[in-house]
Amino acid sequence: MQLLASEGINLPTEVVERGIDAYMLHMDVGSVRIRTPSEEKRIAGVFRGNGPRGSERALRVGFDRYLLDLAASSGAQVVRSLVTRVGWHEDRPEIEHGGGKRACYDLVALAAGVNSQLLQNGCDAAPGYSFPGTLTTFISEFHLGQAAIQASLGDAMHIFLLDLPRLEFAALIPKGDYVTLCVLGHDVDEKLVDAFLAAPEVKRCFPDSKVPELVCHCFPRLNVRPPAQPYADRLVWIGDCGVARLYKDGIGSAYRMAKAAARTAAFHGVSAQDFEAHYAPTCKAMNWDNTLARLVFMSTTAIQKLRPLRRGVLRMTATEQANREQFHHMSSVLWDVFTGSAPYQDVLVRSCHPGFIASLAWNLVAGNVAALAGKPYGNGS
Amino acid sequence: MTEGALGKTYRNGELIVRQGEEGNCMYVVQAGTLEVLREEHDGSVRIAVMNTGDIFGEMSIFEREVRSASVRALGEARVLSIDKKTFLRRIQEDPPLAFNLVKIMAHRIRMLSEEVASLKQKTAPPAARVNAQERRAGQDRRHGRDRRAGVDRRTAVVGRLRNA
Repeated sequence: MQLLASEGINLPTEVVERGIDAYMLHMDVGSVRIRTPSEEKRIAGVFRGNGPRGSERALRVGFDRYLLDLAASSGAQVVRSLVTRVGWHEDRPEIEHGGGKRACYDLVALAAGVNSQLLQNGCDAAPGYSFPGTLTTFISEFHLGQAAIQASLGDAMHIFLLDLPRLEFAALIPKGDYVTLCVLGHDVDEKLVDAFLAAPEVKRCFPDSKVPELVCHCFPRLNVRPPAQPYADRLVWIGDCGVARLYKDGIGSAYRMAKAAARTAAFHGVSAQDFEAHYAPTCKAMNWDNTLARLVFMSTTAIQKLRPLRRGVLRMTATEQANREQFHHMSSVLWDVFTGSAPYQDVLVRSCHPGFIASLAWNLVAGNVAALAGKPYGNGS
Repeated sequence: MTEGALGKTYRNGELIVRQGEEGNCMYVVQAGTLEVLREEHDGSVRIAVMNTGDIFGEMSIFEREVRSASVRALGEARVLSIDKKTFLRRIQEDPPLAFNLVKIMAHRIRMLSEEVASLKQKTAPPAARVNAQERRAGQDRRHGRDRRAGVDRRTAVVGRLRNA
């Protein structure tokens, strides 16, 4: 949101379902609230499309719709029609849309998700492109109403690091009258989702500790490994079907990749060689950061699996949050891991800082001694 | 201010930045109106009013100087801050990110130049004013624009001087 605002794109209140000013980290050893650095709402909860099934959204505008309207107001010609095929006509890419209409373009930017049928067609159009590696996730919506959401979840996103087999992490995100649940893990299925929803840490986040009925749910796939070559002559892949940041900041990374592709097309050209010279370096930089992200997420997995480590992390974070003057080593690292607001390389460097390691070591000892003495560190909430 | 609002809400009269303080972020107005105040020995002077979408405090992103003016809310206002560290890091990844800021700063320099010229004209001694007017009229003639207006203006100034 900050970077969009610095470029003059300010999301109006009818697009933002809820402004988020904190993250609540839940573990079996306790919960802690991590506030935004300036205690302001700098994360926007938005719906990409029309929102959950049956939602009344007459006065609301979806995020994608808002951006499309913005592009149109800057001179873009928006054709609202479903693209069904990407092919070739002589030496130019040809789009088939709206039940058989065809049009040729100088450049086609494929910004489809990994769940789109169009992606398969894109693969056929460019033999060098390979399908990205994916992971199955679970996304669902609960209808609670704004008053209940304010009382139970507030203006915070709730992150769960629970020691459940195959679970990477999960989050509850308040949006308007709804709460979005997002579960990331390995081979996510209904069994894992049921186990997650039965956890007391999760139940406590809902009114009367009862998990409401799901309004709608799906098991979409997520890009976790980039395609071999997300560009070809007059074709470029952007977003989840191209190179995206691992687990977090999907919209932000798609925006940066789109700008890199646009720069290449505007200043250099639209051939595969142009994209190789000017778009591929941005892809490689993001891929390298994603490699480092795997190391970062290995450490969050270690936190999930080792209870003594969880106690140390909880104590360190809660102590930092209680003391505004103290440098927030753990809080800033956790904030950037969960929001994706900093490159993973930066997160890794900060977590190797001697101050971070010394503070974590001290809190590991203090947190576990207190727990053994029957005085676990208080609930950070 | 609704639940879909971003940034931090400030009450009427509340200071967002204080002149002389160190700054490590810039701001974008999300809603409401703000006033920029320059504090001088004999009180504060309002130098600008800002509205939704305006950016301020951007100088602290590029220099290690204290804030050059104070900014406070005129009525309830909502403002989003942008950290210096985050912004500079992102500029490394995506240099055109700074383009909007450069555009805003260029616009401000243009406005300031006009203000300075206007102030100089008001405070300069009468002879200097005439010389300045003549120089400007000469420039207009060289560039072939608004010749009659230039002459008319000069005549009017000379007329005022004679009357004085």
